Amino acid sequence: MTIAADIPRDLKHEASRLFRRKRLLNFGLPALILAYFVYIFFAFDIAGLSQRASLDNARALVADSYSYKTHVLFDARSDEMEIAIEGERKGTYPPGSAPDWVTLTDSGAIADLGRGHEVVFDSGRVVYKIPGYGRLEAEPSNRGVDMVFPAGGMEDQPDWINASKNRLTVTTDAGRLTVTRTRAELFKYQFGWELFFFTLDSPFHGRSFPELVSLALSSDRLVEGQSNLAAMWEDFWYNAMWRHSEVVWAIFETVLMAFLGTFGAAMVALPFAFLAARNFSPMRTLLFGIRRVFDFLRGVDALIWTIVLARAFGPGPMTGALAILLTDTGTFGKLFSETLENVDDKQIEGVQSTGAKPLQRYRFGVIPQITPVLLSQLLYYLESNTRSATIIGAITGGGIGLLLTQAIITQKDWEEVTYYIVLIVLMVIFMDWVSGWLRRRLISSDESGV
Amino acid sequence: MAELSAEGTERTTDIRADYMAMTRRKRLYSGILLIVFVAMMTSGFMLADSRNAGGFWDGWHNILDFPAQVWGEAWEKAAQLPGHLLTFLPALLETINIAAASTLLGALGAIVVSLLATRGMARWPRLIPLFRRVMDVMRAIPEIVIALVLIFVLGGGPVPAMIAIAFHTVGALGKLFSEVNENASLKPVEGLQSVGASWSQRMLLGVMPQVAPNYLSYALLRFEINIRASAILGFVGAGGIGYELKNAMSWGQGKFDEAAAIFILLFLTIVFFDQISSHYRDRLTRGRPL
Repeated sequence: MTIAADIPRDLKHEASRLFRRKRLLNFGLPALILAYFVYIFFAFDIAGLSQRASLDNARALVADSYSYKTHVLFDARSDEMEIAIEGERKGTYPPGSAPDWVTLTDSGAIADLGRGHEVVFDSGRVVYKIPGYGRLEAEPSNRGVDMVFPAGGMEDQPDWINASKNRLTVTTDAGRLTVTRTRAELFKYQFGWELFFFTLDSPFHGRSFPELVSLALSSDRLVEGQSNLAAMWEDFWYNAMWRHSEVVWAIFETVLMAFLGTFGAAMVALPFAFLAARNFSPMRTLLFGIRRVFDFLRGVDALIWTIVLARAFGPGPMTGALAILLTDTGTFGKLFSETLENVDDKQIEGVQSTGAKPLQRYRFGVIPQITPVLLSQLLYYLESNTRSATIIGAITGGGIGLLLTQAIITQKDWEEVTYYIVLIVLMVIFMDWVSGWLRRRLISSDESGV
Repeated sequence: MAELSAEGTERTTDIRADYMAMTRRKRLYSGILLIVFVAMMTSGFMLADSRNAGGFWDGWHNILDFPAQVWGEAWEKAAQLPGHLLTFLPALLETINIAAASTLLGALGAIVVSLLATRGMARWPRLIPLFRRVMDVMRAIPEIVIALVLIFVLGGGPVPAMIAIAFHTVGALGKLFSEVNENASLKPVEGLQSVGASWSQRMLLGVMPQVAPNYLSYALLRFEINIRASAILGFVGAGGIGYELKNAMSWGQGKFDEAAAIFILLFLTIVFFDQISSHYRDRLTRGRPL
């Protein structure tokens, strides 16, 4: 009787304890996470982020990633006009030539910015005609900038005009004009990536696609001693602005780093993994020692390996490949030895019963069992190491990672940064696809065990 | 009778010949594959060697020079080492915090995205391919890309690194989580739906209890990976121990004792979390309570 009464009470007690625990977990866990985020909020000074963040930088970055600007510069000292894309030497128009929105005149140039905006450079004087505002004149001179406004003085202008004695900046949707004591500079923003295919000095610049196709097929040559197609390819491949050949090499270097590192690590790790697997290792001490070596290799991490190796080998793909190789030897050693511990003994015994020697036992009893697993792990790491190689390249100076950091450090070539990012993403997706494809091919064909 | 057995032997020899031919063909293919692989490895190695600033054969005996130098300096100033370890502890904490916060944020994001990308659970079944592609792209972008761009916009510090790692984590964990989701039973979800539960209730009460241990296991593994990532991102300008390491390295000789302290801290941290995470993952996958 007492027993029967006790059991339900015990059950009830246990159930309510379980409920309490669940309730605690359900409310406690979110509260804990929230508390942690509150701590992070203060530890990372997220409130102060708005001061540190630069919206101008963000705007410049976004605008530059899909558009480019052309500088029209009048230098008051030398009395010369210069038109350059992005203000770079590589993008400078040769004297006497100009983009189609600029008309060169004897005494200067007329720039048509579209939507009624027009800037006239005339013997040192700059006139900006702005629809809905009027005609603004400015002239660089030693005493400062002489300005003539359609109405009002220097202080009465709208806030898109920033005028002081020595500087005038006019920012409109159509472009930006800056006049200082020594120069007048006009920026016009246009959509697209400038000179992506051909630079200005190439005879193929500025031609439409059908024109290029007909040129490629025609026999009259634009460049002496070279077929049009070859010349086109050369001008594109060695484009000084975008450096396509270097970029392709850099991507290749990054993939090479990942390839050499991953497969090199696998080749080094496999024999040692046998010694670190409980069911294959000849000695306990050896097993323990090798496992600690693997832990050490993994624990030192690619960052430190990269720094150490860069000291010995200098920057380059070899350093990156070796850094990946060392770290991943540790990772693969651990993974492979775990896989080896899970092999089925029956197959090995079966092979042994036919009189196989130890090496043959491994070859026909063990390897067929572990190959699919190892390959799948390896190929997964190949893709992941492509990303690591990008990062390591940024530290050690090799591959696309280096180009990316260089482009970011200049803080103005955001179109190149965008280009590299697109290429990196495509590269990783491609490697993902390759590794998936290889995994399907190799593993399905290896199931027979031969 | 005799006729039959003769036919049988004939068939056996046929089979054996077929089998041998197949084996030979397989061996040939394997051999070709091996040769191609070895050729790729050697030519790749030689190419990488030629494009490196210093060659492998000139440099390999120098590998130990730098560690020896660091070790020597650290040994000389061994008395200062505990002090250095203490100095860099806050930076280490920042690195771990970056990893932890980004893993948490990334895991929360990954839970949502993975549920939206799993058949049978998705809120908008038509958008499943979209969410899958989104995860692919998030996974494909290396952390450093986002970190460098964000450092330019937000200034240096831990926040760009946190966002960058969290972004990548959403993609990486999202893929693993959606694989877990696919193995979860839909019956509790249907049961909850029949009593009128909303989508979030169905997911929270029907799916979460089934998948939580696996989620946790993957998140722990990610946390360990993210610690490494956050140390590396520090090296390119986001705060933490990586940044201190970069400073110590750029000072060069004379400051290697600091570098040694950072190496030690970083190494111990990675090993510590590596062991912890593999211990708990082991328990989780074996179904034992924490």
